[in-house]
Amino acid sequence: MESVTKRYPDGTVAVDRLSLEIPDGSITVLVGPSGCGKTTTLRMINRMVEPTEGTILLDGEDIQRQPVTTLRRSMGYVIQNAGLFQHRTIVDNIATVPRMLGWGKQKARARAAELMERVGLDAALAKRYPYQLSGGQQQRVGVARALAADPPVLLMDEPFSAVDPVVRKGLQDELLRIQDELGKTIVFVTHDIDEAIKLGTMVAVMRTGGRLAQYAPPAELLSDPADAFVEDFLGADRGIRRLSFFPSARLELTTGPVIPLDATAEQIAAPGADHLLVTDADGRPLGWGAPGDLTAGDIRPAELLPHGRPFVPGTDSLRAALDCAVLSPTGWAVAVDAGGRVTGVVSQQTIGEAIRSAHAADRADEAKVSS
Amino acid sequence: MNGFLDGFFDIPSDLQHSWLGLIGLHLREALLPVLAGLLLALPLAQLCVRFRWLYPPVLGATTILYAVPSLAFFVVLIDYTGQTELTVMIPLAVYSLVVLVPAIVDGVRSVPQETLAAATAMGFGPVRRYLQVQLPIAVPAILAGLRVATASSISLVSLGALIGNQGALGNLLAAAQKYDRPELAVNSVVTTAVLAILCDALLVLLRVVLTPWMPNGARSRPKTGGRRQRPVPQDVIR
Ligand SMILES: Nc1ncnc2c1ncn2[C@@H]1O[C@H](COP(=O)(O)OP(=O)(O)O)[C@@H](O)[C@H]1O
Ligand SMILES: [Mg+2]
Repeated sequence: MESVTKRYPDGTVAVDRLSLEIPDGSITVLVGPSGCGKTTTLRMINRMVEPTEGTILLDGEDIQRQPVTTLRRSMGYVIQNAGLFQHRTIVDNIATVPRMLGWGKQKARARAAELMERVGLDAALAKRYPYQLSGGQQQRVGVARALAADPPVLLMDEPFSAVDPVVRKGLQDELLRIQDELGKTIVFVTHDIDEAIKLGTMVAVMRTGGRLAQYAPPAELLSDPADAFVEDFLGADRGIRRLSFFPSARLELTTGPVIPLDATAEQIAAPGADHLLVTDADGRPLGWGAPGDLTAGDIRPAELLPHGRPFVPGTDSLRAALDCAVLSPTGWAVAVDAGGRVTGVVSQQTIGEAIRSAHAADRADEAKVSS
Repeated sequence: MNGFLDGFFDIPSDLQHSWLGLIGLHLREALLPVLAGLLLALPLAQLCVRFRWLYPPVLGATTILYAVPSLAFFVVLIDYTGQTELTVMIPLAVYSLVVLVPAIVDGVRSVPQETLAAATAMGFGPVRRYLQVQLPIAVPAILAGLRVATASSISLVSLGALIGNQGALGNLLAAAQKYDRPELAVNSVVTTAVLAILCDALLVLLRVVLTPWMPNGARSRPKTGGRRQRPVPQDVIR
C-alpha cells in the first residue's frame, strides 16, 4: 500500500497516508482502537472501499487493473459474526465462491467437505443451517468459506471478537495451524493487542485518525514501542508479555531437590533445600514437601503441596516458566519433558537472571543491527 | 331443515355459474390481482431499497391509494373498463401492491449488514446479490405480506357484485335478496371465509417449505416490520 488515504464523503478521514508493505505468506495484523480505520484499510484491499488517494499494489500490479469481482473472488474475507447466508446449508455456504467460479456441484461440495474437516467442523453439520450452529462453529464456517476457492489472500476483520475467550483461543490456534499448512497471505484486523501479538508475523499499530503508529514484528513492538501511544496501547504488562518471545530452553535446571517417592533418609537430608520435589516411579512430579515433614519409606503423595503446572523447556517461553514459578507454592518451577517426566526444577531467582541476560543479548543484537 | 339446505347449492341460473364455478371465478378474481401486485411490487421495492429517498414518497402514495374506497375506484374505472372483471381486479391489484411493497422493503432491509458485506466481498454483483441473498432472506416477510393481501383480496372480490354481477361468490348476496333466499347469503359468507382460510393455510405451508433455514421458534411468528400490520378491511364497504 503506497500512501493510501481514504476520506469519506462526510469529510471523515478514516485512513491517512498509510504505507504498508505486507509480506507474502504470513499473517500481518492491523491493530488499533475502535474507529482508527482498520476496517476501511482492509476493505480498500478488496475494493469494497475505494481509496481517495494512493495506490494499492498486489504482486506489483495495481488492484484497480482487474475487474472488481475477479479481485474479490481471489481474496477470502472473514468478518465478525461470520456473516453466513442464513438461508443456505453449511456446505452450500462454504461452496459459494467455487460455485460462482463455475465449479460443478459435486466438486464444490467435495471441496466444502474437505474444508470442513480442515477447520475442525464435524461432517455431520454439513446439512445444517447456520442458526443451528454455535458462534464458534459459525466462525469456523466463515473461515472455511473464505478458503473455499483457495485464494492466495485472506482478509479477516475482527473474525474472533464476538466469541467467548475459550472458543477464541481455539480459533486462534486453529488459524495458526491452518496458516502453517497453507501459507496464505493473511491480513488480520483486531482491536485486541494480545491477539495481534499472538497471531502476527508483522503488526501494524494504527492510531485514531487513520495513521500508522508503528509497523514491526511483535517482539520488537514489545521491546521498542515507537512512542507513548503504542506503549500505552500495549498495556502495563508488556514487559511480562515480551517474555513470550524468549525461549526457556537455556534455563539452568537443577535436579538437586528432586527425590523419588522411595527416597532414603540420606536422599531427603542431602540436598539441604527448603523444599523437595517428590516424583513417582516414572519420574512424574507428585508434589513438594519440606525435608522435616518427609519420612523415608513413608512419603504420602496426598500430603504433599501441589507442584502446579509444569513447563516444557524446549517448547514453552520464559513467560510460561516464570508463570509456573510464580504460581508454585515454593517459588520453584518444575520442568518436564514432552512425556511429563521431571527434568529439573528452577527458582524464580534463576529465571530472573535468565530474563536479564536475554534482554542484554537482545540489546546487543539490536546494537549490531543498527551499527 | 330440509327447506333451508335444499336450496343451499341451488344457484339461481341468472348467475350463469354453478357453485364450483363461482368458487373458481372468485379465486381468479382475487388471486390474479395479488399475483400482479407481487410482480409490480418486486421491482418497485427493489428501487426503494436501492434509492432510499424513494421509499417515503412511494409509501405515502400507496397509503393514499389504499385509503381510496374501492367503490370510488370502481366508479372511475367503469368508464374505461366497463362492467368487467378487470374493473374489480385493478383496485385489488393496487391494494395488494400497497401491502406488498412495504413488506418486501422491510424484508430486504432486514438482511444483516454483515451478510451483505460478506456477499459483496465474495464477488456478488448487485443483481446476483439481490436474487440470491436479499430476496430469499426476505421470503418470510414477503409471504407475511402475501397472506394479508390474499385475505383482503378474497373478501373484497364480493364487492364486484355492485358493478353488474362481477362479485363471484358476492353475487350470491344480491341473489339472496332478490329471490328472498337467505341460505344463499350464508353460502356466500361461509364459502368466502373457507376460501380465505384455505389460501392462508396454503401460504403458511409454502413458507414452511421455502424456509427450512428458519429457527423453529421464529417460524410460527416471523419477524415482521410494523407496516405489515395494517388493518385488514375484511368487512368494510370501501
Ligand atoms: N461509510 C462511512 N462513511 C463515513 N464515515 C465512515 C464510514 N465508514 C467508517 N467511517 C468512519 O471512518 C473511521 C474509521 O472507521 P473504521 O475503518 O470502521 O474503523 P475501525 O474498523 O478501526 O473501527 C471512523 O471514524 C468511522 O466513523
Ligand atoms: Mg472495524
